[in-house]
Amino acid sequence: MSEPIIKFDKVVKRFGSVTVLNELDFSVSPGEKVTIIGPSGSGKSTVLRILMTLESINDGVVWVDGEPLWHEERGGKLQAASEKHMHRMREKLGMVFQQFNLFPHMTVRRNLTEAPIRVLKLSKKEARERADRLLEMVGLQDQADKYPHQLSGGQQQRVGIARACAMRPRIMLFDEPTSALDPELVGEVLNVIRNLAEEHDLTMLLVTHEMQFARQISDRVCFFDRGRICEEGPPSELFSEPKEARTKEFLRAVVDPDSAKGEKQASAEG
Amino acid sequence: MEWTSYLPPLLQGAWVTVQLTVYSTILGAVLAFAFGIGKLSNNWLIKGVSIGYIEIFRGTSLLVQLFWLYFALPIAGQAIGIDLRLPPVVAGVLALGLNIGAYGAEVVRGAIQAVPKDQYEAGRALNFTPRQAMWRIALPQAVPEMMPTFGNLAVQNLKDTALVSLISLGDLAFRAENIRNFTQDSTTVYTLVLFMYFGMALVLTAFMKIAERSVGRWKTAGR
Repeated sequence: MSEPIIKFDKVVKRFGSVTVLNELDFSVSPGEKVTIIGPSGSGKSTVLRILMTLESINDGVVWVDGEPLWHEERGGKLQAASEKHMHRMREKLGMVFQQFNLFPHMTVRRNLTEAPIRVLKLSKKEARERADRLLEMVGLQDQADKYPHQLSGGQQQRVGIARACAMRPRIMLFDEPTSALDPELVGEVLNVIRNLAEEHDLTMLLVTHEMQFARQISDRVCFFDRGRICEEGPPSELFSEPKEARTKEFLRAVVDPDSAKGEKQASAEG
Repeated sequence: MEWTSYLPPLLQGAWVTVQLTVYSTILGAVLAFAFGIGKLSNNWLIKGVSIGYIEIFRGTSLLVQLFWLYFALPIAGQAIGIDLRLPPVVAGVLALGLNIGAYGAEVVRGAIQAVPKDQYEAGRALNFTPRQAMWRIALPQAVPEMMPTFGNLAVQNLKDTALVSLISLGDLAFRAENIRNFTQDSTTVYTLVLFMYFGMALVLTAFMKIAERSVGRWKTAGR
């Protein structure tokens, strides 16, 4: 197996007195598509937010592409990273947000060209061509001159995905990309993600509640519980024959909420 | 005396008032952005200077600031051997601009802080530098939010210009006082002046509305 492109080494993250990640060990190989599932508050989104440098860590080391993300090696020791180091590290990563987070004051096309022009220093022509190709990829080529508020949620999220792709990251982070969408709009977004998942070189880390989708596109599924990986494995195994009791309970509740409730009541009565 | 004969001197004064308003509002806007953004800086020196400026100018009377710049500063300058005598126009524009800028800075700060955290996170994920995030993402969204309050401040500023008549600057209020002293026709003079200030305020409000609409065009696109 090749060197992991992402590696969490005993990472601790606390919010006040709440420990969100509890000495988490976790790694992802280059090109791997990994889905993180788990109850809310289990630290799944925090993993992505730490990778995108939106959230700092309290202890441990996060490695991305062989280099520490939140640290720099100085004099043989790991020290807190400078903004410059993190700026360089962020080039490897892209993120798609639950609430899309598009820039409301820019047209769809400018949402896609602004960072390539300002950050990657692409020419306007190059950035525009790249944006138009990506908009075609997500099926929104005729919406380029609209503003985000003129689009549906599903369309906005597809713009969000295209915007992240415009930076050509090696690792894509999807933070519950369909959770804010009306049910009938989920499919169009999942289709775009599914197409991306076919790209062999792209490493994908996806937090989602869409179990069917996770089963289809993932190489591996990780079940998070209380800041740690409770169980992980290929989707066929984890979904069909979960070993841990917590995983079973969670999957039952997600797949068929009514039966889980019934059982809980039954066990409470018994 | 015919009331129309008051008009030429009053209009001359009104022109001075307009100039004072325009210059001091522009100065105030520049200061508002500089110190409003400065107050949000991570650099404690920039932050401290910004807070100091805002609190001092909001916490003291405009009239006293004006007198201080015009009467006290030259004497203070004399004591240390520098000529700090200011022409009345400069003292007037400075006092008005510094005062309105302090109020404006709080508006700028508030509007920038009201930009959702999500937007900064998106900026970070796309690897914008903090400076780029401020200028490309936060400010363009914050400016339309500032405009209604800026409109109020500009009208406030227009009315405050009347104070400069007290340092013998020939603005509208100053001319009105002169004519009244000469003719004792208080009612006519001050009614005219009232309407003239009101007219100027209307024009200024209209300008600010146009500006407000033009910076917020993206909000109403396609609606």
